[in-house]
Amino acid sequence: MNITEKILAKASGRSTVQAGEIVDANVNVVMVHDLTGPLAIEAFKKIGINKVWDSKKVVIILDHQIPAESVKMAELHKMLRKFAKEQNIRLYDVGEGGICHQVMPEKGYVEPGMVIVGADSHTCTYGAFGAFATGIGSTEAAAVFATGKIWLKVPETIKFNVEGQFQRYVTPKDLILYIIGKVGVDGATYKSTEFTGSTVRNMSIAGRMTLCNMAVEMGAKNGIVEPDETTIKFLSSRIAKTSDYRWLKSDVNSKYEKTIEINVDDLEPQVACPSSVDNVKSISKVGNVEINQAFIGSCTNGRIEDLRIAAQILKGKKVKQGVRTLVIPASQEVYAQAIKEGLIEVFTDAGALVCGATCGPCLGGHIGLLASGEVCVSTSNRNFIGRMGSPEANVYLASPATVAASALKGSLTDPREVEA
Amino acid sequence: MKVEGEVIKFGKNIDTDVILPGKWLSLIDPKDLAKHAMEGLDPDFPQKAKKGIIVVGDRNFGCGSSREQAPLALKYAGVQCIVAESFARIFFRNSINIGLPVIECRGITAIVKDWDELTVDLETGKITNRTTNQSLQGTKLPPFIMEILTDGGLIENLRKRMNKK
Ligand code: SF4
Repeated sequence: MNITEKILAKASGRSTVQAGEIVDANVNVVMVHDLTGPLAIEAFKKIGINKVWDSKKVVIILDHQIPAESVKMAELHKMLRKFAKEQNIRLYDVGEGGICHQVMPEKGYVEPGMVIVGADSHTCTYGAFGAFATGIGSTEAAAVFATGKIWLKVPETIKFNVEGQFQRYVTPKDLILYIIGKVGVDGATYKSTEFTGSTVRNMSIAGRMTLCNMAVEMGAKNGIVEPDETTIKFLSSRIAKTSDYRWLKSDVNSKYEKTIEINVDDLEPQVACPSSVDNVKSISKVGNVEINQAFIGSCTNGRIEDLRIAAQILKGKKVKQGVRTLVIPASQEVYAQAIKEGLIEVFTDAGALVCGATCGPCLGGHIGLLASGEVCVSTSNRNFIGRMGSPEANVYLASPATVAASALKGSLTDPREVEA
Repeated sequence: MKVEGEVIKFGKNIDTDVILPGKWLSLIDPKDLAKHAMEGLDPDFPQKAKKGIIVVGDRNFGCGSSREQAPLALKYAGVQCIVAESFARIFFRNSINIGLPVIECRGITAIVKDWDELTVDLETGKITNRTTNQSLQGTKLPPFIMEILTDGGLIENLRKRMNKK
């Protein structure tokens, strides 16, 4: 069995499972946030039971629209706080946490081998830690609140074997954009995507999170990386105790639907052009694209490693006049670390606006929305029509290095051309 | 369980941001959500869907976010069933869970156009275009999913199952 199959077998009390089988899996943790939680609670109340199955295994994170931007949203936040209090559920409020997918591993809710479901499509991010994690809807989250179980079809798996060394300012974000460009936005629908090879082994947790985060952008059910020393190092200070994760390896005779070999030695910075995440081009092929806004943040690229690389490029320089540059750390922890390292000063000196940890402009519901005809280059994960505001705005997705370089020049720019 | 209705057809990769833009996610009442269904593609959609229609989509229908508000908006706008070449997985599960029938059918986009009259037999997976007299076999839904749909959604289904215990 491969790693995903092993986790699903264990979670459903079986010795083996095969792709295509439907299993009833025990869930280790379920997460909802401020946009999916209210519907989940309404649905939960209709089931007719009083208590969630295990209050320690339910997490609520306010992140999408914090601090509340409208009275409507404030009411929803209030409702979530009330439910959390009644049920004795941990709720991460404004100023405590940040974007759910960053907060979950930071606060120790993610462990290798777990089954984690979240009412958010990018829940697949936690595959970076060798967990099976997938997105569900609000009603299904309510059902998990009640039962602690979920039915899942064991997916077929596509393996991405990645070798080679990134050039300077070429990052895991460029790799995942390249992969999605090759596979297509529905190229892995219903499937598991497993990332292996020396490049992934040598990659930081942040990089692995970026890969797994965007697995859903090719339709995948989950993304996963085998846990190793890097994983344990990140987790050891955050979870009670790490156990033996050696079983979490894909067997040599594991079944894969296909294996895709990639070498990153010559990979250029990649850009997903409007309005589909698989409309990917190498930066040299994009041509001259002037920008109005540059956004560094989101659950894809708002981690300390991302801010460091952006700061390296922006240090001692000014963003081009007229380019609104927004920097949003993915969590309060990342924000605090960025302050310690002097990165926030670099951003403010460069003329960027730094906001508190939130999803922000990523989903066009809160701050930093775009007007018609405007162009944004963003480190987030979706460039759909209307995603960041007006349906007539255009969004280009790229790495933090590319976004920072583009903010300086005022147009899409190869970060390798900017002297640091 | 048979569904009948006229068709409104959409293209490939219809994502949840065009089905229900993020700025409306603070709306809780499904009837309010319905007013913005498909706003990113066709602001007149709720008007057209009112009488009860069947949506036909191409590949990867409902890709993007996990927002259940997207299928809810469609359902309350008057969509009785969605037939697509393929679905994004979270959207597929969400639709079933809120009691909106969804069925995969390869080749469907080639045999229907807007306002054709369609019959979808959920039990057998057979889809018939009554306007052109063509039919196709879609992917049959497994019995436990049919049960969720006949109960009217996952919550009703769960209530029934938990009360039995
Ligand atoms: S940062 Fe964007 S993609 Fe990530 S959880 Fe928030 S809205 Fe979703």
